[in-house]
Amino acid sequence: MTEGGVLRNLAAVLTVVGIIVVIWYAACVPMNIKGVLTQAAREGVAVVPEDAAERRAASEIGLVWQNRFAIPQTWAEDRPRLPAPHQVAIEMWETTVEKKITSKRSLIYHGWVTLSATLLGFAIGTGLGILLAVGIVHSRVMDLSVMPWAIVSQTIPIIALAPMIIVVLYSIGVQGLLPKAIISAYLSFFPVVVGMVKGLRSPDHMQLDLLRTYNASGSETFWKLRLPASVPYLFTSLKVGIAASLVGAIVGELPTGAVAGLGARLLAGSYYGQTIQIWSALFAAAILAAVLVGILGVIERVLLRRMGMAS
Amino acid sequence: MSTSSVIVAEGLDLTFETNDGPVHALRDVNLEIAQGDFVSFIGPSGCGKTTFLRCIAALETPTGGRLSVNGMSPDEARQARAYGYVFQAAGLYPWRTIARNIKLPLEIMGYSRADQDARVEAVLKLVDLEGFGGKYPWQLSGGMQQRASIARALAFDADILLMDEPFGALDEIVRDHLNEQLLALWARTGKTIGFVTHSIPEAVYLSTKIVVMSPRPGRITDVIESPLPKERPLDIRDSPEFIEIAHRVREGLRAGHADD
Repeated sequence: MTEGGVLRNLAAVLTVVGIIVVIWYAACVPMNIKGVLTQAAREGVAVVPEDAAERRAASEIGLVWQNRFAIPQTWAEDRPRLPAPHQVAIEMWETTVEKKITSKRSLIYHGWVTLSATLLGFAIGTGLGILLAVGIVHSRVMDLSVMPWAIVSQTIPIIALAPMIIVVLYSIGVQGLLPKAIISAYLSFFPVVVGMVKGLRSPDHMQLDLLRTYNASGSETFWKLRLPASVPYLFTSLKVGIAASLVGAIVGELPTGAVAGLGARLLAGSYYGQTIQIWSALFAAAILAAVLVGILGVIERVLLRRMGMAS
Repeated sequence: MSTSSVIVAEGLDLTFETNDGPVHALRDVNLEIAQGDFVSFIGPSGCGKTTFLRCIAALETPTGGRLSVNGMSPDEARQARAYGYVFQAAGLYPWRTIARNIKLPLEIMGYSRADQDARVEAVLKLVDLEGFGGKYPWQLSGGMQQRASIARALAFDADILLMDEPFGALDEIVRDHLNEQLLALWARTGKTIGFVTHSIPEAVYLSTKIVVMSPRPGRITDVIESPLPKERPLDIRDSPEFIEIAHRVREGLRAGHADD
């Protein structure tokens, strides 16, 4: 790409980010105005209307118009309904860079707890997904018996299933990392199965006929044709799978009342009305997912280039 | 049956059962192909020319009659790796270099490393692709890819080469060039070649024997032994003999269509 092209793309990305930030700041004003006015009235500042019950019934937009002086304060509350972008950014900065990693308030510490469950679950889910796909492609019985269950498994809301998995595993003495990883694996094996089955079946009749003319065995067909042909499909699935793994790990932290992990931060934030903490945990999860998908993308590019399938 | 016949079909039938009733892909096909023959199968779509080639390769199973390849059943011949098969598309593996694509059958058939390398060199020279062994398929033109797929079929010791419209997707000029090269290759290797085509000039230019087929049911309507010499420059296509054979092929194709 030319330098001009890079700059143009960067400008486009920044424009979109800019628009989102502007909308966000604008949304904070009506969302937070009632809390700000209540606080101001308590401190003896004159607000319109003066009666608290009347304010509760009034529309937010009207209140903003009548109390324009209070607008800056809507971006600086301690416990806003909707925190402003800079509040989230400052919170994230303070809980990542300025806190020691060992601190219970460090987002990096909580992120690592969630990441370790995500990676373990992703490894289990990917391994299971590949094994199931190989079975499904090679056995008609497995194709008919396993695939419907795999599809049904994904129709059950994970939020309903997660507590049961954790309770059942706890009762047989398994706790800590593994139950969360299993919930992760439960979400991530499915895209791998679907993508891998498609990939292993991607060689056309002609290529299979060619191997037949060589009198190639089933395992030779698998190792020399089906498996290499499935690699691009596998990576597409892995990117979906790792994002699902992260969601699984976070969901797995919610029902246990876990004390550590991004899910625990979300839960604690909602208990204590710490919206800024909730939003910074959400952003930490989003950034983590983006980084994981990005790493898979780099591995994919390097691998496909080494295989000669990309220029 | 002469002793030099490598492929013999007697009363060969093949009926596909479909939802719309049986389809007679081949009916009562009788043919003998001798060692070193270059046999073209020509006819309109649905005449069974590809199906017959696939029967020889044991990729289809006839429902009646007898078919032998090198004195064996087609499936035994397949297991003995008696033939190389070239498909309509090159079908090279995109994750293998040209050299490693050619090695694919050699790996499966258990040739030694050193033997594999020597054979790859030899067949690359044979199809005029020296120096391209390290390239990936996408770096080659369509014609070069098809030549590489021919090299792949020549790499192991099969004395029969079955080709299913190998140049069908290529333009006229590339096709002429590849036809010329194919004849040279045939002269050098002495292989028996079965060649499916849509093109009358291609069939007449290449073959020692032209099998004209017609559809519904798929059957042989004419077998023409070519009087053309083995040595064939491209301009032989303007000679009266060539035009006469082409005319006979065209008549055969028309006769097959007349009873539609």
